[in-house]
Amino acid sequence: MSQKNLIPLHKLCDLYKVEMSFFSSLNDIGLIQIITLEQIQWIPQEKITDVEKMIRMHHELNINIEGIDIAFNLLQRIDDLENELNALKNKLHFYEN
Amino acid sequence: MAFIDYYKILGIDKNASVGDIKKAYRKLARKYHPDLNPSDKEAEKKFKEINEANEVLSNSENRKKYDEHGKDWKHAEEFEKAKQQQQQYQGSGQQSPFGDFGGGDYSDFFESMFGGRSTSRERTGGGVKFRGQDFNAELHLDLKDVYTTHKRTLTVNGKNIRLTIPAGVKNGQVIKIKGHGGEGINGGPKGDLNITFSIVNNTNFKLDNDNLHTTIDLDLYKAILGGEITIPTFDGKVKLKIAPETQNGVKVKLKGKGFPIYKKEGEFGDLYITYLIKIPINLTDKEKELFVELAKLRTL
Repeated sequence: MSQKNLIPLHKLCDLYKVEMSFFSSLNDIGLIQIITLEQIQWIPQEKITDVEKMIRMHHELNINIEGIDIAFNLLQRIDDLENELNALKNKLHFYEN
Repeated sequence: MAFIDYYKILGIDKNASVGDIKKAYRKLARKYHPDLNPSDKEAEKKFKEINEANEVLSNSENRKKYDEHGKDWKHAEEFEKAKQQQQQYQGSGQQSPFGDFGGGDYSDFFESMFGGRSTSRERTGGGVKFRGQDFNAELHLDLKDVYTTHKRTLTVNGKNIRLTIPAGVKNGQVIKIKGHGGEGINGGPKGDLNITFSIVNNTNFKLDNDNLHTTIDLDLYKAILGGEITIPTFDGKVKLKIAPETQNGVKVKLKGKGFPIYKKEGEFGDLYITYLIKIPINLTDKEKELFVELAKLRTL
């Protein structure tokens, strides 16, 4: 696997002032997927938005890892429901006019 | 500039301890934090209010000033003016542990009491880099506008952004433009721009996913005898053969004449045409006579 589009975890630790154990816990619970390449741990660049959200939840709202997992699952469900609602609204519009 | 009751916002009484304030703030912040309430403008507004209330009440100096002058903020303003003549007010607010979402703008009331401030994130200065705030914008387009992929220049927060609008984008769909949101904090990356498409259909076609539907009036004689008609599609007119004895309400499908499929260049949905047979009106005596004759033939 190429290192392109991957961010080394130690850089994230420096950047966000978080312990490596935080990312390990997120990995253990399945919220992120840590990739090990050339003995360095990385995470995919596209996951940064989610990772930042997790850090904010943890630091700013004192939510523990399990809580973050629950919040993310619920947010995902909200997102799915919003998409479904939007599709249904468009469908309803089809029958209304 | 209305008086804002910060105690009421946090749901605490005037004698609340520092611990009570912290507890109330954390509880409300968990409820209204923008990360937990994406795209919820009301929650964002509420979060700003509780942040502002916490900013004032969690700082003993600010709280004292608010308690003394809060209800008579106009006097506080005069008081401040006089004070400012002697020394420039230096913000000494305790830093909020929460980041500042939604721009960190304070109410006029806050500004009148404590002066303009930098946002709590800007004040962090401790080297923690954060991605900038995501901006949300709505783009209103007609259905015809999204039939073809085209470029458009949008002005978001005073900046022009050249955007490619892909054909087939749907009403309510959100497209994320990376790096066009707010500036990062302490050198962090920029946020994203989320564009929600609001698409109005002013055409005679109804859109159902990628398929288009329309109704075509068909005269009785063509319906019975068959023939050829010219019908409008989204990208021009096409000739269509009518089978003899076509029934009212019959649907025909024109493959690939529907709406473009999002992000699938050159692929289209189908166009469904429903025939609405028009019965002739204002019949002449001769026509009536012939219809009676036809009717007799049918009942024989």
